[in-house]
Amino acid sequence: MVGNAVFRVEGLRKSFGRNEVLGGISLELHSGEVTVLMGANGAGKSTLVKIISGVYERGGGTMILADQVFAPNTPAEAIRAGVVTVHQNINDGVVADLDVATNLTLDRLSGRGVPTLFNPARVRREAKAVADRMGLAIDLKARVNDLSLADRQMVAIARALAHQPKVLILDEPTSSLSSAEADRLFALVDRLREQGVAILYISHRMSDIRRLADRIVSMRDGVISGVFDTKPLDYEGAVNAMLGRKIHLDQIVARSSDKPVLTVEGLRIGQGARPISLTLGDGEVVAITGLVGVGKTALAETLFGVRRPLAGTMTMNGKPYAPRSAGDAIAAGVFLVAKDRATSGIVGDFNIERNVSLPFLKRMSNLSVLKRRLERATARRQIEELSIVCRSEKDEMSALSGGNQQKVMVARWMAQKAALFILDEPFQGVDISARRDIAAKLRASAHGRATLLFVTELDEALETADRILVMSEHTIVGEHRNAEVDLDRLLAEVAGGPLHSAA
Amino acid sequence: MTLRDHAIRYGFIVLLVGLVAYFAIAADGFVSPQSAVFIFQSVAITGVLALGVTATLVVGGFDLSIGSVATSAMMAAAYVMVVLEQNAVVAVVVCLLIGAIVGLINGWLIVYMRVPDLLATLGMMFLLVGLQRIPTEGRSIATGMTMPDGSVANGKFGDAFLALGRHRFDFFIPNLIPVSVVVLLVLAVLIWFFLEYTRFGRMMYAVGSNERAAELAGAPVKAYKIWAYVISGVFASIGGILLAARLGRGDIASGNNLLLDAVAAALIGYAVLGAAKPNAFGTAVGALFVGILLQGLTMMNAPYYTQDFVKGVVLVVALVFTFALSGRGRG
Repeated sequence: MVGNAVFRVEGLRKSFGRNEVLGGISLELHSGEVTVLMGANGAGKSTLVKIISGVYERGGGTMILADQVFAPNTPAEAIRAGVVTVHQNINDGVVADLDVATNLTLDRLSGRGVPTLFNPARVRREAKAVADRMGLAIDLKARVNDLSLADRQMVAIARALAHQPKVLILDEPTSSLSSAEADRLFALVDRLREQGVAILYISHRMSDIRRLADRIVSMRDGVISGVFDTKPLDYEGAVNAMLGRKIHLDQIVARSSDKPVLTVEGLRIGQGARPISLTLGDGEVVAITGLVGVGKTALAETLFGVRRPLAGTMTMNGKPYAPRSAGDAIAAGVFLVAKDRATSGIVGDFNIERNVSLPFLKRMSNLSVLKRRLERATARRQIEELSIVCRSEKDEMSALSGGNQQKVMVARWMAQKAALFILDEPFQGVDISARRDIAAKLRASAHGRATLLFVTELDEALETADRILVMSEHTIVGEHRNAEVDLDRLLAEVAGGPLHSAA
Repeated sequence: MTLRDHAIRYGFIVLLVGLVAYFAIAADGFVSPQSAVFIFQSVAITGVLALGVTATLVVGGFDLSIGSVATSAMMAAAYVMVVLEQNAVVAVVVCLLIGAIVGLINGWLIVYMRVPDLLATLGMMFLLVGLQRIPTEGRSIATGMTMPDGSVANGKFGDAFLALGRHRFDFFIPNLIPVSVVVLLVLAVLIWFFLEYTRFGRMMYAVGSNERAAELAGAPVKAYKIWAYVISGVFASIGGILLAARLGRGDIASGNNLLLDAVAAALIGYAVLGAAKPNAFGTAVGALFVGILLQGLTMMNAPYYTQDFVKGVVLVVALVFTFALSGRGRG
């Protein structure tokens, strides 16, 4: 198989500033084969895709397409050479206000040698040819706006295939599709595989991967951490290569708790998902881990009151807990450090002090007039507590590093006493030293509350939590005390293998 | 701080001082208490409207209906007193209610019907421009007018109401400060305090900067947005009351410039002290700036169309100050 690689990448490197994102990637794609690329957030998948598709310039290394050097300067060049990418955001691939036929032939509407006048009949004729080759059964006169997400996805892919590519890159194509819609996509991928296209398929969904993969390549921290191409494919090995332990950190001393803070019973957070039951105890740090898209954020948001469960009850310190808004949850002592601080945490127009006080303005005011001195004192205390590196509490957030920004977010919610403290991906985009600081602070202050973390990276769970729960398909599938963890079983649960028992 | 920082921070204040100095030299009688009061009086109504629209700018919205809310309130005040023959208190209450209701509808359209703010308030503007003319079939309202059904309206503006536009308080010099200026100053201090020193004001800024973060910090974001439009509507109706009291009749032709001047004042306010965000103090300075400019130009006998042009130039320059130079435009 090695000889007939249609596309080969060797020693590809890329740095942003001093931050090396890709540290020498070598990868081969073969005609008529689906290669799945797996990797956690920040592993460098999207950087790799953007280099291959001509969006970013490469830092070093070579790319060879059909025995010729491939070095695209623009996305258009990559497409012309036969490497076509369908990006994750479907709406980047289609023009919503135009009809399907125009979308399918859009790339022929500009450039040299194209007639000035728009000829609808010719466009429809060409579009029909493209649609037939793909087996696409969509009304060509329909406006893309009126199509379902899956149909739009099909149009985006069909549009990409109008160029008759040698290599097709699909970046998380099923992330917004239902399972029935995904089946249609898989059928299309099968058809393309038969036609001899080399496909690079990027996904987190184990069900997709099991259905489609001929080979799996795992990526971690900017390098290839595993290639799996012998059948039957070793899915757990692939997940391990992507997430498993890389360094042996100091083993934490796992605590256990006998005083329950939050009890959840029969909670259902997704259509068709099995109910979740769990208990979080006073003083313990619990991490919930699982791949992207298994419902971690949905569970966090349900506990925090910004999303309604489909069924189930929650009890907080013996009293029924059914928050209807974030305000309710905060009043009940449930705090959430939300995922993705830039969009859901940081108020860009506010300095550190005002970002810290944001959720507790009511408690920091008298007859609604803010107690500014208390506000400043709180900010100073929290800067001290979490050793945030800044000149003063008046610094703008944009002046801080990612790690320090995240510390401000954690400091915000640690300014008041929580009954349940939830952190959703608190270590994303955070350097290692800030990550250790935050984890140490969480453990040191854990007494008197329950702490719940949602993390994709196993290491993060192993180095902070007393107990680790595994999520898959919107439910909890495994539980481990963080002492002598059976990593094989844990990884199997993450990979969503057949569930042997109802445990 | 670098020179550039200084330019951003104090540029507009320097410009304002320079403008005053220029008019002081070039226009006779510009520097006098009467002239100062006249400037304040000329900006009182637009200033009140501008303070209201500042509230919507703070939550990241915009209100284009303020001008027509003000004229609707003016027409309503006239209708209540002249046609329905009610007293001043009733007229004021009706005006404030109109402002609050329009604000609620604007907020509802934007928050629940998901109409973009500019379009919702633009629609409301057109609606009100038409609505305010329906009761009198497009005629101005004054005592003794003939109604569409042939009867004669005999009510008149109450003295108490007219005092809102005409009474002047003694301040060192007898009969110096008009009521409208006092109203402007009181409202300016109120909204400034509200935005800077209360938790509601702080949360409104948070909503304007990052709505999702504010929501996840427990703020009822929708309510805050709706309240901002109610504040804007009520302030605009107060402006309308002052306008009616000054004119003493319901004049369908007046108030054309209110929207433009008020919006200009609020946007110029972004540039004051390098705030780069809507703020009450900046809005007040912005209104003053526009007032001084127009008063000075008037005293130098510049025709009205040059005044509009100069106003536009100032607005564009202020926006450049805010968005390009400070480099922290709001997205």
